[in-house]
Amino acid sequence: MSQRLSLTQAFVFLLRRDLLLALRNRAEYAMPLLFFVLVITMFPLALGASPELLARIAPGIIWVAALLAAMLSLDSIFRSDFDDGSLEQILLSAHPVAMLVLAKVCAHWLVTGLPLLLVAPLLAEMLGMPSEAQPTLLLTILVGTPVLSLIGAIGVALTVGLRKGGIILSLLVLPLYVPVLIFAASATENAATGFDPSAQIYMLMAFLLFSISLSPWATAAALRMSVS
Amino acid sequence: MFLWFHKLGSPPHFYRIAGKWIPWLNWIFALLLLAGLYGGLVLAPPDYQQGESYRIIFVHVPAAWMSLFIYVTMAVCGAIIIIWRMKLAEVVLISSAPIGASFTFLALVTGSLWGKPMWGTYWVWDARLTSELILLFLYLGIIGLHNAIDDKRTAGRAVAILALVGVVNIPIIHYSVEWWHSLHQGPTVTKFDKPSIHWSMLLPLLLMALAFQFYYVLALFQKCRVELLRRERNTRWVEEL
Repeated sequence: MSQRLSLTQAFVFLLRRDLLLALRNRAEYAMPLLFFVLVITMFPLALGASPELLARIAPGIIWVAALLAAMLSLDSIFRSDFDDGSLEQILLSAHPVAMLVLAKVCAHWLVTGLPLLLVAPLLAEMLGMPSEAQPTLLLTILVGTPVLSLIGAIGVALTVGLRKGGIILSLLVLPLYVPVLIFAASATENAATGFDPSAQIYMLMAFLLFSISLSPWATAAALRMSVS
Repeated sequence: MFLWFHKLGSPPHFYRIAGKWIPWLNWIFALLLLAGLYGGLVLAPPDYQQGESYRIIFVHVPAAWMSLFIYVTMAVCGAIIIIWRMKLAEVVLISSAPIGASFTFLALVTGSLWGKPMWGTYWVWDARLTSELILLFLYLGIIGLHNAIDDKRTAGRAVAILALVGVVNIPIIHYSVEWWHSLHQGPTVTKFDKPSIHWSMLLPLLLMALAFQFYYVLALFQKCRVELLRRERNTRWVEEL
């Protein structure tokens, strides 16, 4: 490592490293996905399998399950790096930590958020959601789950140094997830009942831009606090 | 002025000043509270629609105001902590959290007690109630995080970041919840059209709000003193007390 990496190189390098690590460790990263499917399976069992009911609450169920799955997977953003010390090296690097954090969050989303996109249509079909709502559901997942990862990264960065951070993490992060949940679920519901969901989608996109621009800074500050 | 402020930031100095102020604050708080309660419960006329039960407003509304005010105070402390690493700001932030959480809880409880005669139910998923509930969770998150971190200096910085993140999110959460409510117009709760409030009700309301402010400062000073003693127990000025 005698030559210096540019910021873009460092970003891509970190992204590739994290993706590679995830690829070597497939079983661990499949868990949130499995959890997502399992939680959704519980709802028809608890509420009864009447098709009208399920179709009506499908957007809400899918989104709550996505929220929980995202939260469950959050810990892996920084945990292993914190344990083996590479997080300290990242913080010591010459590049802005916020950008490197963004790379890590991107990698995390590609590994945990994107797969939800693949199983969601299947589950929506099983719950009897109207097929014209499917594109909207996918779009909300595509736009909404990165926001979950970005906000969650702040919470993980705050709790990564703690031994029993898991339960605190949910207390910190879930209230901040409320806006995403509201707009994503109501967009899907609008689409399912034949209304125009574009307003909610725009709001979700606004959340995405807002959290991309601000959350890495807060995460970087929190990481410095946790590691020092 | 700046020097005075600077001196206030030092723990022993703050400890002494706060100790001197507390009796005075006690008296002012008691007088304001009595005046507000008398004005609200005795002098103010009953509401023409809600009768006597509206009187809970004199506790409910000031408590709700305080719940927001304290969160903003904590966020300001958070900014001070991040920028200047001021010890006293950490103490103020973390001492404020339980007080703010109590006010939020009080606002929720009085709100639901008020809801029973007015709306016929203790709880509706009204926009304000819901965002107040989420605010309570934010407070509890701050308290929980502070308890979980052993090193209190680190904990101070952690809750500072969290308070700042929270204060950015509160408006977003509030307006999303409001919008969500307007979309799900399920069991419609038609709130009474708010008439411009008469001064005989407004005055006790403001007095109560002021009393609650004084109570906050009072409770804050007492909690801060305890927290300061706990944090600085190994220093000389504490030994000299």
